[in-house]
Amino acid sequence: MSIALCGSGGSGVMTAANMLMDAVAKTGFYALFNRSMGPQIRGGEAAAMVRLSTTPVTSVDDSFDLLLAIDWGNVQRFAAELPLTPKSIIITDPASGEVPEAISKSGARIVELPMKELSKQVEGGRPNMVLLGAAAELIGLPIGPLTEVLGNSLKKKRADAYEASVAAVKVGAEAAKAITGSKKLGTPSTGTTKWDLVGNEATALGALRAGVRFCAAYPITPATEVLEWLSKALPKVGGVFVQAEDEIASINMCIGASYGGKASITSTSGPGLALMTEAFGLALTSETPVVVIDVQRGGPSTGIPTKSEQSDLNIALYGMHGDAPHLVLSSQSIGDCLFTAQWAVYLAEATQAPAIVLSEQSLGHSRTVIDAPADIAFVGKRLIAETPAEGVAYQRYALTANGISPMALPGTPGCQYTADGLEHAVSGLPSSQDSDHQAQLNKRADKLANFDYGDHWATIEGKGKVAVLCTGSATGAAREAVERAKADGVDVKLISLRLLAPALPKQMGAALKGVEKVLVVEQNHSGQLYRYLRGEYDLPSKVEQLNHAGPLPIRPGAIHKRLLAMGA
Amino acid sequence: MNAVTYTARDYKSDVKPVWCPGCGHFSVLSSITKAFADLNLVPHQTAVVSGIGCSSRIPAYTNCYGFHSIHGRGLAIAAGLKLARPDLTVLAAGGDGDGLSIGGNHFLHNCRRNVDMTYVMMDNRVYGMTKGQPSPTTESDWDASAMAPPGGTGLSPFNPLAIALSAGANFVARGFAGDPNGTAAIIAEAIRHPGFSFVAVMSPCVTYRDEQREWKNVMRPNPAPATSDASEAARRLLVDDGYNLGVLYQGDRQAYKPKSLPDVAIADFDKEFAL
Repeated sequence: MSIALCGSGGSGVMTAANMLMDAVAKTGFYALFNRSMGPQIRGGEAAAMVRLSTTPVTSVDDSFDLLLAIDWGNVQRFAAELPLTPKSIIITDPASGEVPEAISKSGARIVELPMKELSKQVEGGRPNMVLLGAAAELIGLPIGPLTEVLGNSLKKKRADAYEASVAAVKVGAEAAKAITGSKKLGTPSTGTTKWDLVGNEATALGALRAGVRFCAAYPITPATEVLEWLSKALPKVGGVFVQAEDEIASINMCIGASYGGKASITSTSGPGLALMTEAFGLALTSETPVVVIDVQRGGPSTGIPTKSEQSDLNIALYGMHGDAPHLVLSSQSIGDCLFTAQWAVYLAEATQAPAIVLSEQSLGHSRTVIDAPADIAFVGKRLIAETPAEGVAYQRYALTANGISPMALPGTPGCQYTADGLEHAVSGLPSSQDSDHQAQLNKRADKLANFDYGDHWATIEGKGKVAVLCTGSATGAAREAVERAKADGVDVKLISLRLLAPALPKQMGAALKGVEKVLVVEQNHSGQLYRYLRGEYDLPSKVEQLNHAGPLPIRPGAIHKRLLAMGA
Repeated sequence: MNAVTYTARDYKSDVKPVWCPGCGHFSVLSSITKAFADLNLVPHQTAVVSGIGCSSRIPAYTNCYGFHSIHGRGLAIAAGLKLARPDLTVLAAGGDGDGLSIGGNHFLHNCRRNVDMTYVMMDNRVYGMTKGQPSPTTESDWDASAMAPPGGTGLSPFNPLAIALSAGANFVARGFAGDPNGTAAIIAEAIRHPGFSFVAVMSPCVTYRDEQREWKNVMRPNPAPATSDASEAARRLLVDDGYNLGVLYQGDRQAYKPKSLPDVAIADFDKEFAL
């Protein structure tokens, strides 16, 4: 079930939604919480969008079952993000005037609930707590867990505010009892240990688990939480965090730290990634591993910083100058931000190559309740050089069978070398000779092409003559669409790429065996994934596209509809 | 002290520099290796990091760990390396275009950040590698090169020492390639001094700025010894014509130290998320 809470800035809907999340999480439900925010520093319009379920959720639904609004502020600015149907219920405060046309035209049932008026029944009572109580009642969540959440956040600091909030929640719940026909939560799943986390924190934790001990980064929406979390965590593990003067310094500091032997990471969004591309080429050529997290937002240029899009594939894949083989990964869900970041660090360290991890605003800024992620064994480990025998010269870029050559760390006697962005001979010394250029280009391409990525390169589920191909946050929607199609008797295979580069034609060939039609799903205007797949892989002759730009998410219903048409 | 005693030769590689005969940078390389020897630094515990340009070729000419990076970014790489590996001695080197134009922002912020490292800027007031364009330290009316606009840029040159001082560098000095021993002593002092040390070394470009051969006749020692008073140093810079040699300023700011908190086991971070 999906609920939206709306109100202008300062009305407290985000607080109410977070408390609802806390309470639901305690009760054993799975949840997904997306925020729609404007660009305002404080205030402005806001909507909290919560999906609750008895089974894991990694996608938004097609529409909302329930929308509660304290006021209608500038709701028309994001009404498109709040799809409703005639089966939906809108709870509105009569004091806030008529339900705007953009919302009411859905045909949803409108019920008035005087939240501001009701809040006055309690001294110090606030309308957002009345709304919270009403929401709980409407979805069938007992007051107990809510009271507990309020206690945790308020009881110690402000006993009076706690009492007032609990009373206001009760008033709201009582008032909502008169509203019938709302969808109720089912029985929660209590068997498993659950985690409650935000995508950008998951990314940061994954990096930490993989052994990252250095982060230099520059604030940018919607990636800042990665650096914020690491700035607090790294000093507790002997690591170093630096807020750099800009994105160029960020990645170069990371390259310096990595040259010194520390696994390093920086986080940014599209504009910052653009600034980093020159240095990314240096990391690549000097074979100094570094991981860049790109939490994508609407682009190009400043674009829509607070909204999601999958439109940095092109720059991530093709943004480098020269022939520049590197790693590009895509996080498939909020929980998977952890796995993908951890695996990316592992891959970068193992191959001595730079990696870009594509996350998205809708993952990075969203909160979820999921089953506790497995503690995977990927810890970054570099092939390190030791002091060579007397009379043997250390060759930093020696040509080896798998293209990976032992890297000397400063402090190792007898291995002094100069890392260089200039093309070089095996020794590391600059060379403009054809033979050295060919050999080093081959080395840098082969070490990635020949690496064993195991099964993690893609998530492959189900089977059928039709397949959905996607990446990132579209995975959740595609998965749900595939399940719905199956219920309709149409078998569809899901292939979501976690590893975008290097391309793995053999593995993709195996995954597409028996597939006759492919639907490429992505959240961008120009079909960047489609073009990439067309360029890199032998796809079946029938390939269709389902793509649109942000900020509207890819919803399962749209994919489902196309799959049925394709499978018929 | 190290059991081994190193000489300047021990810090030189056998790679032949790309520099033109008579280039001031040969002398700066000698001063750096002499300073390393004076401090008896262990070559494999020392790193030389640079950007792009004639002078930035210097890392490979040493027998230390080196990083010849990209234009203007040597300081950022050096800072990252030193923060990650405080056990190393880190020296950043580069030219006036690399450090004051494309890398100007990193210069400012590294003066301010005050990481314990030394930055040697080899200043020849010209872009040599691209064959003779004016740099941020070029005289405003210089147009002797075919690559310079007629009548010069019309722009006032930077005084790198003034920028370093105002941005918070903890050690500010000027050396001259024509005085290798004096420059070596300044660089050794800069390395010894905690925090971010800045040494501008006037290093003639005999190919595009032949008139800089005359520098040897105008350079002179600082009229007064080094000061630890930043306002006094600033006053001296107001009347500095760019030819005063020696240490201008030695501050007492503590070198930047990354925050360190009590150890937490990696698995314990899970508790933040587990319900």
